[in-house]
Amino acid sequence: MPRVQLSEVTKYFGEKLVLDQVDLSVDLHEVVCLIGASGSGKSTLLRCINRLVKADYGDIYLDDVPVTDQRFGKVGLHKRIGIVFQSYNLFPHLTVLDNLTLAPRKVHGKSRKDAEASALEQLDRFGMNSFAKAYPEQLSGGQQQRVAFVRALMNRPDVLLLDEVTAALDPELVGEVLGIIKELKAQGMTMVIVTHEMGFARDVADRVCFLEGGRILEEGDPNRMFNDPQHERTQAFLDRIIEAGRL
Amino acid sequence: MTDSQSPNTGSLGGAERRPPPPPPGRSYNWREALAPSLISLISILVVFGALAWVITSAEQWPRIKLQFFNVDAMIAAFPRVLQGFWINMRIWLIVLACILVLGIALAVIRSLRAPWFAPFRLMVILYIDLFRGLPVLLLVLLFGFGIPALNLPGLPSSSLFWGAVAMVLSYSAYVCEIYRSGIDAVHEGQWAAAKSLGLTEWQTMIYAILPQAVRNVLPAMMNIVVALQKDVALLSIIGVRDAVREAQIYTASTFNYSSLIVAAGLFLLATIPMARLADYVTRRDRARRLQVGG
Repeated sequence: MPRVQLSEVTKYFGEKLVLDQVDLSVDLHEVVCLIGASGSGKSTLLRCINRLVKADYGDIYLDDVPVTDQRFGKVGLHKRIGIVFQSYNLFPHLTVLDNLTLAPRKVHGKSRKDAEASALEQLDRFGMNSFAKAYPEQLSGGQQQRVAFVRALMNRPDVLLLDEVTAALDPELVGEVLGIIKELKAQGMTMVIVTHEMGFARDVADRVCFLEGGRILEEGDPNRMFNDPQHERTQAFLDRIIEAGRL
Repeated sequence: MTDSQSPNTGSLGGAERRPPPPPPGRSYNWREALAPSLISLISILVVFGALAWVITSAEQWPRIKLQFFNVDAMIAAFPRVLQGFWINMRIWLIVLACILVLGIALAVIRSLRAPWFAPFRLMVILYIDLFRGLPVLLLVLLFGFGIPALNLPGLPSSSLFWGAVAMVLSYSAYVCEIYRSGIDAVHEGQWAAAKSLGLTEWQTMIYAILPQAVRNVLPAMMNIVVALQKDVALLSIIGVRDAVREAQIYTASTFNYSSLIVAAGLFLLATIPMARLADYVTRRDRARRLQVGG
């Protein structure tokens, strides 16, 4: 049984077709990387999974239950699917601790004491205890992004969506964020990752999907995808990436 | 590439490589420090002294002085005008508090996107079109004289109350638009992040968006605060015995305008510090933004 399944998902932005009948299924503990040029629809596809973007046509299932199902309510789906964004999107007016406890307190009705205890425990797990009282702007980009990971993990989600989480970081800070992703994979987290870090995708992905023009043109095992791409568009994309020195 | 012939040893250059000394800072030689201040002080005295001499030696000056700057008249009018000014300040604070609350409520209603909210959004838009499109003076007259004349049972019939309501309604329309620009300026990613954490639109607004929006609009809001401080004097037209009214009463009985100058002085005494505070808030906000942006 796939954990996440998309069937013929189609999305228009106005007249523009962004996703064209996309099928994708992600198994339990599987890490799927979505690659492709800017505007190929990979971020939109990711956001359709947790309904930040509402698909125009098609169905999305979490554990065989449609994500639109009443039994998720509004909160249920977001409790089970976490997302981390390219630009961190931490709340700048709240301390790290308040960023982490906002949803547990306001959405899941935990007491401040319980929420803070579990937030500190999570921070401790990633060695960030000393940041608890800091404001996001006092942290480096890499540190902010790690806090964003902890915030997404506060609900103990079943699936984690990562939307170009290293794209806004200085090169020397990318490593600490990639480290977290590897650790999560080791713990068996099911993840869908949109990334431009091809080396990392090859390293961490169980499966790589190449998107172009709102479709998955090719998908497969990372070694085969990177070493022996079948589709000519995939080859052309990877050639451009290699030329740019990113692989 | 080899570095054997490179003379550059980088920052590990050893004992003989020293950074240059810090550039000379501010000089504490009092002569150098004082000379510019002295020169500007003297030049200020010369220029303003010359101006004062030209004005006071004019043929009409004694008449002007008698009419506007009569010290005896000022002293005589001062207690009443000050009493009136105290009323101004109290009205200002109460009206201001109401405006800030009503304005934020209207802005929130207008910014929520849920479909069932549409009628309320429309009401706010109509409200803003109406009250921003009408002169405050007209509203003050309409409310301050018109509504008490109706003698509505159960409602206060004081002109002061209804005049103040008119000011609140008018200013709230502006303040709502300021808040709304602050809400719109909060990055879309904040909405996405809050939504992905499971917050409802209302919770997102209250806990994530509004605190940032208020911080965004603080400088603009300070301007409104200063403008309101003096616009409260509009209520004198409906007979509220504020500083302007008291000064007018004095003028009417003595045909001397010095009392208005007293009122003017009191207003400046209150608005100029507020304006400086507004400048300070703006500067601090700018510094914060630059710090974040860099």
